[in-house]
Amino acid sequence: MYKNFLKIITFLSILVSPFLLTSAYAKTKVGFVYLTTPGDHGWTYAHELGKQMVKKEFGNDVEISIVENVPEGPDATRVIRELAKQGNQIIFTTSFGYMEPTLKVAKEFPNVKFEHMTGYKRTKNVATGNIRFYEGRYVQGVVAGLMTKTNKIGYIGAYPISEVIMGINAFAQGLRSVNKKATISVIWANTWYDPVKEADAAKVHIAEGADILAQHTDSPAMLQIAEKNGALGFGQSTDMGAFAPKAQLFASVNNWGPYYIKKIKQLKDGKWNTGDGPDHWAGNTWGGLSTNMLTLSNFSNMPTDVAKKAQAAHDGIKSGKLKIFAGPLKTNDGKEIIGAGKTLDDGALWGMNYYLEGVTGKVPK
Amino acid sequence: MENLLITILLTSIPILLAGLGELVTEKSGVLNLGVEGMMLCGAVAALGSVLIFGNPYIGILFGAIAGILISTVFSFFTITLMTNQVATGLGLTIFATALTGLIGEPFVGKTAASLPKLEIIFLSDIPYIGKILFSNDILVYFAIFLIFFIHFGFQNTKIGIIIRAVGDNHDSAHSIGYSVKLVRWISTSFGGMCAGMGGAYIPLALTPHWSEGMTAGKGWIALALVVFASWMPIRLLIGALIFGGITILQFVAQARGWDVPSQFLNMLPYLATILALALISLKLRHNNYAPACLGKHFLGNK
Repeated sequence: MYKNFLKIITFLSILVSPFLLTSAYAKTKVGFVYLTTPGDHGWTYAHELGKQMVKKEFGNDVEISIVENVPEGPDATRVIRELAKQGNQIIFTTSFGYMEPTLKVAKEFPNVKFEHMTGYKRTKNVATGNIRFYEGRYVQGVVAGLMTKTNKIGYIGAYPISEVIMGINAFAQGLRSVNKKATISVIWANTWYDPVKEADAAKVHIAEGADILAQHTDSPAMLQIAEKNGALGFGQSTDMGAFAPKAQLFASVNNWGPYYIKKIKQLKDGKWNTGDGPDHWAGNTWGGLSTNMLTLSNFSNMPTDVAKKAQAAHDGIKSGKLKIFAGPLKTNDGKEIIGAGKTLDDGALWGMNYYLEGVTGKVPK
Repeated sequence: MENLLITILLTSIPILLAGLGELVTEKSGVLNLGVEGMMLCGAVAALGSVLIFGNPYIGILFGAIAGILISTVFSFFTITLMTNQVATGLGLTIFATALTGLIGEPFVGKTAASLPKLEIIFLSDIPYIGKILFSNDILVYFAIFLIFFIHFGFQNTKIGIIIRAVGDNHDSAHSIGYSVKLVRWISTSFGGMCAGMGGAYIPLALTPHWSEGMTAGKGWIALALVVFASWMPIRLLIGALIFGGITILQFVAQARGWDVPSQFLNMLPYLATILALALISLKLRHNNYAPACLGKHFLGNK
């Protein structure tokens, strides 16, 4: 009798589920678009770990579809549209370059929710999620400033967009908080992932005298070149210590899981939203050290007093006592951004198209 | 400065090796546009074999074999079945790009052992040039050796002259009894081997990774270099160094804060390729460097 009852309930719920898409009892279909295959390090692997947390949290209540190796551009539009057609209710597009494709498909599927990572454009059914990577980069700057002997830091950036530039500036703030003589020189790789180019850029930085390397690209190539040449550096997205046990000082580790879980829960409860509206950052998911969306791997290859100072910077940012972009702030060509006593707000970070003091060169136009 | 010069030399090795192979292939009258594809095959085979066997020298071997295998596909179609060489070569590259993506998938994110540096005693102690020239891995020495080997081979050996004869006038070569098809098969395989080794050099020495399409146009640059060098191995070395230099220069310019857009610098190697090809084609009408039968089918049966 009880068994039959269960069968009927299941049958009914299957019948009804298409009409109650947001019902807590229905399986939620979740789609992910990955830039590369996850492998075992880096940007996409961090998303893969987040997806595994979703699986663990919701178990059979979610059905997850993933498309890997999706190039940014027209191909992405096709893939995202296909995921929407297959009935996924929420689709996470996990790279900056999916911004326009996501917006385009979102227009065609007003009932599907889209979560675009690291972008800045939102509509009624497109929300954005991001991590305050720059917080980790400030701590990197502190360590770099204390560890460098040549006072030259080599930085490899992906593209000159505000996301990357605010990271460079945060690094510079950390660097100058302990060492006013050191400078950062930046090489743009114009790609997120290309081990050959990243390695070339790292080699050039070392040949030009840099002894500490930092990266805002995804492969461990830079750290491996550092390891080979006796330089030091920081890992990206996930702990890359295994690739360069003697060169990695620490890595900024991305933790997307809690954000995914939060948004899927919102969807299940019918409370999914994009935040305060398209002009505000405050209402969106932009978590850092304080929400554990960003964590730091173990400090290694540095003396304990350096590790202590790094830990103090970490704790200060986490508790909110240490303001990374507190005035007075000056660009590297001497223009004042804000005076003493003021702090840059989130909107100003996304408008950064200048280098702060400590960085050499100009932002490419 | 020393480190920069070493980096430039190493960056130019893959294009140099692939270019030398293509030079021999073209001398025999075959235009194989599949260099980029063959390099990718070499790269993925080298990385995979090093991951399995743990020895980087095995990687060179497997890279060479992969290059030969994929070039025989090309030979079979163009020399035996007499399909269009340009179309087949392009097809080979497109096919190999996808194939290596598939084969390479399990290797993404894995790190392979690199080729060790072999210091030549005494010579590596020479100030300035010693470290640059005589403290490198085996493929650097091999590539330099190959330049002189091919140069000498074409000038002074019977085999070299037969290859040139087949490439310049296949009907005459055939009429005096040489097997045009066999010579072209062998030359194309040699080209495949060199391209495979050139591709292998990227994961074995430059960055110990696999990523899809990691040759990033080096095969096309090698192709252009052969024309740029007017089919002369020593000029090919100069060309390869110039291209390697430009590739590195774009990063140096940024690190030193020169006020040039990075996108423009990224474009330079390819711009230089196009310029070289355009200049050469202007001059080509008056020279006789190009093998006269380049890209032409041999309709005989041997």
